[in-house]
Amino acid sequence: MNKAHKTITIAIDDERCKGCEYCCSVCPKQLIQLSDEYNSKGYHYAAVENDEECSGCRFCAIMCPEVAIELIAD
Amino acid sequence: MNEKVLMTGNEAAAEAAIRAGCRFCSAYPITPSSEFLEYMAHRLPQVEGIFIQSESEISAINMLFGASAAGKRAIVASSACGVALMQETISYLASTQLPGVIVNISRAGPGLGRITPTQADYWQMTKGGGNGDYQLVVLGPASVQEMAELTYLAFDLADKYRNPVAILADGMLGQMMEPVVLPKFRDLNSLPQKPWAVTGAKGRERNLVLVAPYTDEEMITLNEELDRKYRVLEAAEQRWEPTFLDDAELVIVAFGTAARIAGDVIERARNEGIKVGMIRPISLWPFPKDAFKNLEAHVRTYLVLEMSNGQIVDDVRLTRPGDTPVHHYGKGGGWKPTSKGVYEQILQLWRCIA
Amino acid sequence: MKTFIRPSSMSENHVPYCPGCGHGIALRLIGEAIDELNLLETVIGIAPVGCAIRAWRLFKFDFTQAPHGRSPAVATGLKRTLPENTVFCYQGDGDSAAIGLGELMHAALRCENFTVFMNNNAVYGATGGQLAPTTLIDQPTVSYPSGRDPNVIGYPIKMTEIIASVSKKAYIARVALNSVRNIREAKKAVLKAFKTQQRRLGFSFVEMLSACPTGWNMKPLDALKWMEEKMIPEYPLGEYAVTEGLE
Repeated sequence: MNKAHKTITIAIDDERCKGCEYCCSVCPKQLIQLSDEYNSKGYHYAAVENDEECSGCRFCAIMCPEVAIELIAD
Repeated sequence: MNEKVLMTGNEAAAEAAIRAGCRFCSAYPITPSSEFLEYMAHRLPQVEGIFIQSESEISAINMLFGASAAGKRAIVASSACGVALMQETISYLASTQLPGVIVNISRAGPGLGRITPTQADYWQMTKGGGNGDYQLVVLGPASVQEMAELTYLAFDLADKYRNPVAILADGMLGQMMEPVVLPKFRDLNSLPQKPWAVTGAKGRERNLVLVAPYTDEEMITLNEELDRKYRVLEAAEQRWEPTFLDDAELVIVAFGTAARIAGDVIERARNEGIKVGMIRPISLWPFPKDAFKNLEAHVRTYLVLEMSNGQIVDDVRLTRPGDTPVHHYGKGGGWKPTSKGVYEQILQLWRCIA
Repeated sequence: MKTFIRPSSMSENHVPYCPGCGHGIALRLIGEAIDELNLLETVIGIAPVGCAIRAWRLFKFDFTQAPHGRSPAVATGLKRTLPENTVFCYQGDGDSAAIGLGELMHAALRCENFTVFMNNNAVYGATGGQLAPTTLIDQPTVSYPSGRDPNVIGYPIKMTEIIASVSKKAYIARVALNSVRNIREAKKAVLKAFKTQQRRLGFSFVEMLSACPTGWNMKPLDALKWMEEKMIPEYPLGEYAVTEGLE
């Protein structure tokens, strides 16, 4: 399977996210940043602007303490 | 099948537990209950049960917690200060509504005390000694036969009400040897089902044994539910033995070993014209309030005989109708009443009221 | 096709911990292992007092709670009664190394066939940040705000080393949850621990160094850095005992 041809969606549940920034800090392509928006708990949640570059390394999901990140490849 | 065997109280209680279907015992040695542990150590493996000598009483009661959560009939035995160590987890058994049987073969206290018998754990068992609003069902045997019968009963009560149940005895009852007719073996397949037990969620919704509800509201609801349960228990599970109560003017209230000693002199007193009777509580909790019904018609004084500085006497004062005088005869620290001493008390009181 | 999903042994409940808390990572690893080893129908978790008390919320399998410090005793009763089931304790550092030290030591001595996960975040989180047996020297806590002084309150305890010295048949490891690489190693240890139990090879114990940003008064990313710079040198990672027959 050639990841370069896959489309991967980084699905972050913004209601679970507490803005710890672990995912932001480990993404090798720096695809994840804290949003300016708040979720209903009052946290700035992590968000992905453009996941075209995502290689599917899963570092973000591995680091996430909220089990808020799922990765979907198609 | 009605064969009489000679056993000590500790042994009879242990054998009765096994016959009731108990297959788990964890215990830590302490005089005068250690023989219970030793009996279980050789007997439980014979019936494919599990015996563990734990590293402390705290560990013992928590091992019982685990076995009970798994749906097994389980028992611990200890004494006084050892039972004191178990109190936190006893409160947890009450809050999780787990069954379990705790045998307290009391010894003199407070503190480490000595190994002589006492009844000064009455408060510890019936009024706490763990935290929060809960009750233990407490049964008080007065013979080796009752050590067997009441331990056997304790498992049924524990399962029926999903509550820990205690046997409150003392060193004398634990160590003395009497003939006993042992109860029949329960068929393990006839034991109550426990669909709430944590056994692995195969083919069902998962089960939870929670020591603490998740919300403040649920904590209050749990307390309401427990309170309702205890009211049902109070109505249904009072047990006592009345002696000569119909026309008694002087009523002795005593349980366990104290009641044995009082029992020795009641007939003699009666023969000498003293209208004495006795209420022997067998359920210490629920306290046998019904035993006192209508006694105000003829009872003129109560004599509470207990091997303590005064514990069950408070419940007699709370319970007896009207303001009939209640006298206390007893001491803690390992003191035992004598038949002579009890008789003199009866005589003295009788002279006052006759 | 999902390449990373919530383990199916986990519920839909939100993780009930602070931002950046290591409990969420540790519990997810346990959930992943339960999925991979097909333990969902036989596993029973024990969650004692501390932040761990809420662990049952995150899973779909049978759970019991336990009095503070006593899970290894509860687990002994449970596992000996149900030897075919997989039983694990998930304890904090206070639960396992302070109030529960005795129960944990004796379960290890008896080589009980269940698994203990010790979340070591060097502080008492649930009660507001007091000293733990694993608090580092000079680390401030609300009970010793000027920092742990060994002359006053002794030295940090090394549970992995201690358990390794007393448990004759066990899988014993220390892992950390501060980086992707370390979390991957932690996952391997969790799997080996459960396999040790499944194959009846003895006791299994995994100490998991974990962040408590709230208790340390740090931002989550700073907490991870503190783990790298301070905690891991004090608590060396690795497998300290592997029973024969595991691999």
